[in-house]
Amino acid sequence: MVHKAQSGHPGGSLGCADFFTALYFEIMDHNPNFQMNGHKEDMFFLSNGHISPVWYATLARSGYFPVSELATFRMIDSRLQGHPTTHEGLPGVRVASGSLGQGPSVAIGAALAKKMNNDPKLIWVLCGDGELQEGQIWEAAMFAPHYKLDNLILTVDWNGQQIDGANDDVISLGDLEAKWKAFGWDVTVFDGNNMNEVVQTLHQAKNKTGQGMPQVLLMKTEMGAGVDFMAGTHEWHGIAPNDQQLQDALKQLPETIGDYSINENK
Amino acid sequence: MSWDTFQPYDKKATREGFGAGLHELGKNNDRVVALCADLLGSLKMQAFKKDFPERFIQVGIAEANMMGIAAGLATSGKIPFTGTFANFSTGRVYDQIRQSIAYSNKNVKICASHAGLTLGEDGATHQILEDIGMMKMLPGMTVINPCDYQQTKAATIAIAEHNGPVYLRFGRPGWPVFIPEDMPFEIGKGQLLKSGSDVTLLATGHMTWYALEAARSLEKEGVDAEVLNFHTIKPFDYELLLESTKKTKALVSVEEHNRFGGLGDMAAQYLAIHQPTPMRFIATQDTFGESGKPTDLLEKYGLSPQHIHSAALSLMNRK
Repeated sequence: MVHKAQSGHPGGSLGCADFFTALYFEIMDHNPNFQMNGHKEDMFFLSNGHISPVWYATLARSGYFPVSELATFRMIDSRLQGHPTTHEGLPGVRVASGSLGQGPSVAIGAALAKKMNNDPKLIWVLCGDGELQEGQIWEAAMFAPHYKLDNLILTVDWNGQQIDGANDDVISLGDLEAKWKAFGWDVTVFDGNNMNEVVQTLHQAKNKTGQGMPQVLLMKTEMGAGVDFMAGTHEWHGIAPNDQQLQDALKQLPETIGDYSINENK
Repeated sequence: MSWDTFQPYDKKATREGFGAGLHELGKNNDRVVALCADLLGSLKMQAFKKDFPERFIQVGIAEANMMGIAAGLATSGKIPFTGTFANFSTGRVYDQIRQSIAYSNKNVKICASHAGLTLGEDGATHQILEDIGMMKMLPGMTVINPCDYQQTKAATIAIAEHNGPVYLRFGRPGWPVFIPEDMPFEIGKGQLLKSGSDVTLLATGHMTWYALEAARSLEKEGVDAEVLNFHTIKPFDYELLLESTKKTKALVSVEEHNRFGGLGDMAAQYLAIHQPTPMRFIATQDTFGESGKPTDLLEKYGLSPQHIHSAALSLMNRK
């Protein structure tokens, strides 16, 4: 997708591929026959909207829209906008994101509505780690424990990288575990690029809901995971691979080839 | 409606109208949820909180979070009403409104008190005069600025029935109540309060009362002013404006807002294309406000009935 558009964000997308796969194919109770209000189903919000490629790919493969539509990513007249929106009516997306820091607040609203409606289903939201530099995140962090939103699970993609470099070089996030604990969240740290651990952690989080506390899952990932020349660097935050790089990358992740033919999409 | 219909029968703040309307909605519509950013009393939301505590959400001093929460509640089928000052309802949270509410087409009602100069003594940090402009620029946003207690109450009730984001602007001071209780309120429909043939006074919000006062003083000088109350700035009632200015061929716009971005430029932009009309703009002249008593500030910044009167006369002299 990113190669075809020659634009987009492959690094964060690759790092979160395991998480999305586990969430949509194993963990969430969701309905690809999309309903905006999400009544009686689990709902997911993507706050770091720039990793739309991995979300779109997951939604398509979950049956929300045809896989072939992925080839329209970032093209004119597409429902697959560079950053996710509801404006073009893409099934699976409930709010626009891209301008960072807003997803947890929206997820809180959905979590409050579930409580009001006595709907026992869960709210999931994913943020980037650099995104935690946005002040609104900490407004939300203060709110959720006060209202005991124990139906809310926030995951942080903790790859340590952002556009201008490593978090630690840009603005240090400090002791994230201690910060979230101090705000009153139940904190779990896990390896987001180990599928068994991802599935196990998400199951565990589901089982811990309803105990009076919101949960944050600090997910250690590697930006660009699975592709050697993209891995572990902020350089691949927001650039597209060329033809040769795409071939190299696909060779390293053979399971993705079935959905993406280079020749067909040229 | 006859001229005499619009006599003041009470004095109350428009924000009290919001509180009363919200409370009534609480009784009649269980999808309505109210959020407040630590300004319960200022927004007159106490009655709603008392009677519907399970649908009241105190957010604290965190307006950005409040807008996002409202978007999430709306996604889930609720009709959230956010309450804080106009400044913190717009400028402080413009990006949250733009992305999570307007672009995402969420059914959120942004209810904004203490708009304009009439906030008074707190001064320019809180006296927003740019909010109508910011909100009307957002695609799909409905912008409403009712003129008195009664109309603010009616507008509050009406916006719950409208599906889509709404910015509802009202104010702090006690103000004449002159709209009859049985006067219908329809979003997007301007109101002809007084017919006249010489000049159109097009007003919104608190300034509608001043436009009526100016019409009375103009009458004494033999000038027959028509008074239009445009409680809705977007969508704009172009039809009524055109009908009126075809007749009077002179227009004074009157608003408690910067002349850039408000009611007047909606009218001017349309008339420039369809029916060029001599105009005067009674508004703040690209300035910040300051501390002072509400009516003293209106006088100092050129928004008094006398200013409207003079602007109308200057247009008459051009004829």
